[in-house]
Amino acid sequence: MVAAAQKMRRGRRLGGPSLASAETRAAYLFLLPWLAGLVFLLAIPLGWAAWISLTDEQLLRPGVWTGVDNYARMLSDDLFLTAVGVTLKWIVLSTPVFMIAGLGLALLLNQKLPGIRAFRTVLYIPAVLSGVAVAVLWVVLLNGDLGAVNQILRALGWSNPPNWFEDPGWAMPALVLMGLWGVGGGAIIYLAGLQNIPPHLYEAAEVDGAGPLSKFWNITLPMVSPTMFFVLINTIVDGLLVFGPIYVISSGAQTGGPANSLLFYMYYLYVKGFRDGELGYASALAWVLTVIGMVLVWLAFRLERRYVFYEAGGDA
Amino acid sequence: MRTISIPRSASLVRPRPRGPRLRRFGHAAFVYALLLLLCAFILLPVGWMLTAALKPDTAPIFTFPPEFFPTQFFNWDTFSGVLFNPDTPYFRYSLNTAFLVFVNIVFAVISNSLIAYPFARLRFRGRNILFAVLIATMLLPAPVLLIPQFLLFYNIGWYDTYLPLTIPTLAGNAFFVFLLRQYMRTIPKDLDEAARIDGAGFWTIYWRIILPLTAPALTVVAVFTFLGVWNDFFGPLIYLSNTDLYTVAVALANQRSVVGVKWNELMAANLIAIVPPLAVYFFAQKKLLGGIASVGLKG
Repeated sequence: MVAAAQKMRRGRRLGGPSLASAETRAAYLFLLPWLAGLVFLLAIPLGWAAWISLTDEQLLRPGVWTGVDNYARMLSDDLFLTAVGVTLKWIVLSTPVFMIAGLGLALLLNQKLPGIRAFRTVLYIPAVLSGVAVAVLWVVLLNGDLGAVNQILRALGWSNPPNWFEDPGWAMPALVLMGLWGVGGGAIIYLAGLQNIPPHLYEAAEVDGAGPLSKFWNITLPMVSPTMFFVLINTIVDGLLVFGPIYVISSGAQTGGPANSLLFYMYYLYVKGFRDGELGYASALAWVLTVIGMVLVWLAFRLERRYVFYEAGGDA
Repeated sequence: MRTISIPRSASLVRPRPRGPRLRRFGHAAFVYALLLLLCAFILLPVGWMLTAALKPDTAPIFTFPPEFFPTQFFNWDTFSGVLFNPDTPYFRYSLNTAFLVFVNIVFAVISNSLIAYPFARLRFRGRNILFAVLIATMLLPAPVLLIPQFLLFYNIGWYDTYLPLTIPTLAGNAFFVFLLRQYMRTIPKDLDEAARIDGAGFWTIYWRIILPLTAPALTVVAVFTFLGVWNDFFGPLIYLSNTDLYTVAVALANQRSVVGVKWNELMAANLIAIVPPLAVYFFAQKKLLGGIASVGLKG
């Protein structure tokens, strides 16, 4: 009944059906660029992508139907398996590091101290820089023989510091270190989550005699867990799409990092599709990447059900 | 749109004693010490980069101990060399990138506000379904669209032009549309109605009333577009082969692979790549951090 009354009021406000249809017409005119993009940049390419992945399409030669050959080929493609391994290893290794470091930094930046804003400004700087520029800088800083980092490590008594990006075993940790430089980006999101925690919760806990650790464990962590979940999903998706830094570290070569230790999935897809021109195979790779992403996000949502706390009635 | 705001009132309504004064002081000192350490971790590499860029070709770049501040050399010629040297025309690359940034900002501001307006202010058949479609497009896998879009642009002769890097912006970006729609919904409906009584059409209402009032949210769109386009690497990498069209990011990524690259020049080029986003960041800091916070709260 309420809905009917609203409808009547709405009708009167619009002055009858003719104006309503004029409004519809106007709306679709406004939406025209988006609708065009929806058809030409999303719907058609999506269907086309499915078709291409079932052909042996190459850059200058239209593909011939090959069925699921592209997908079958992956199973025996060692580099594909390497790429999946490297990408998953990165996600497993870097996600907890970035999440804990981001939350820790946000807790620091959430202190009510004079001048804290200036610190926030500085610590967020790396997040606005391009992955390429950051990688160029860190490749030089982490130079094995002469880089500033190793000079410092040697001065601190580590006579034989790692070769970082030149050593297959140390390339991934080096990338994590580089990522830590940009951890302020995640911290800002946590900070917003922290600042949304109602202060009365802490006050009530203090009245009950809770110490700082207990407050963190029983209030901060559950209240910030939805933000942590959001950051987790973002970190996973970003991890699947790592590209620019790998191009820089590998100098644009076919191998990703030393001995393919940094052959990330997107880099392999780029090499196959845009270097070797095997667009059919690259398209199949893209679909498999999507499936991997969906599985990971699904796993994250299962974790969410167990560990993420949502205030009753709250929407976030 | 939500912005970060420190709940100042929280500290005002808490006049209770917090332990001995000495402990509180110790706590603050500890926090400051940690933050200063972290700031050093962020800023020293940038300082090292500047020091290296300001060295002449003859001075060693890698010294022991590492030099994090320029003290000895101020060879600004490295920069002019990198900007105007025919081998590394970063001035040209910067202009190219600035052009792409400018066009994309104009396109993004116009298209996203055009698309957001009916979703926020008009009633029309199919609105809910279309809005659901819009949100669903945020979940579409970008890598899958990469290859067919590339083939599409390649086949219509857009390869090696700026068209694939600008025209798609006209179709809007689901996240920006969502952001603008949320903002437009907060504008009082009375304004539209009053204008309509005065005989204004939907276009006039959009152009004269809604668009000006949406300026703060449009600034967020412009800043994000600036950073996104200036820092974009994959798009220019796959669509541009003529080096005259290169953007700063592509030129920089390829310069490292040049054999015998001079470190001072590489660092100068890197600074050229990071100064514009830094400048925009300091200029639009509040808006940017607020916008990012709203992204975070979406989850």
